[in-house]
Amino acid sequence: MGNLDIKLKVDASGLSCPLPILKAAQGVKTIAPGELMEVIATDPGSVKDFAAWAGSTGNALVESDSADGKYRFVFRHK
Amino acid sequence: MTAVATAPTVQAASEGAVKTKKLVIIDYSGELEKTWATMILTSTAAAMEMEVSVFVTFWGLQTFVKDKKRITGQNWMQKMMSFMQRPGASHRHLSQMNFLGMGPWMMFKLAKKYNVSKPKDLLEMSQALGVKFYPCQMTMDMFGLKREDMIDGMEEPVGAATALQLMTEADSTLFI
Repeated sequence: MGNLDIKLKVDASGLSCPLPILKAAQGVKTIAPGELMEVIATDPGSVKDFAAWAGSTGNALVESDSADGKYRFVFRHK
Repeated sequence: MTAVATAPTVQAASEGAVKTKKLVIIDYSGELEKTWATMILTSTAAAMEMEVSVFVTFWGLQTFVKDKKRITGQNWMQKMMSFMQRPGASHRHLSQMNFLGMGPWMMFKLAKKYNVSKPKDLLEMSQALGVKFYPCQMTMDMFGLKREDMIDGMEEPVGAATALQLMTEADSTLFI
């Protein structure tokens, strides 16, 4: 955690597969390379899905954690 | 807070250029649940920055007819076919448990309850993310479908040879 400079926050709470991924994909296009995007999701499947998405796109997953049924991911736009 | 999601592939992929993977789907059946699967995969693959091409043929074409079109075709047989099953992404039938539309109605109710996007929405998202949909010229002719019957943003109609070329050059091909 700490003082990351988050450029964009995407709230995908309550959304089912594949919407969290689609929202992240749309979001990341709006920020510049090197900038950070935070995604919040409640779909437990999104944990593995976002790892796969990061691997496939090259947008690095720099931080992730979960609390109270919410999953938080921070990606760096490649 | 507990840490989650540590995938070794993430690190490897973020270090260098990622090769663009190609997915090809032959959208054949036109049934609700299969169309749903197609649209989930095309939109997600595009979100994963894969190059996605869909060859739309036989009953699959009916999904891509504009929702507001009721009867398509030039001769009575083609018109009869479209009359027997209404074309359009919002009017697909289930392959099982259709029960005169009760099945699809319940599916859409459940989808709404669980925040699942409908095939039509996923189709629009796929198009926005750059998925290419190629209608099959031969089946368009056979069903009497014209370009203006089809939704906007589709590629030019092609044939089996183009479909085969796409398939042989793809990393993954699905027939749905």
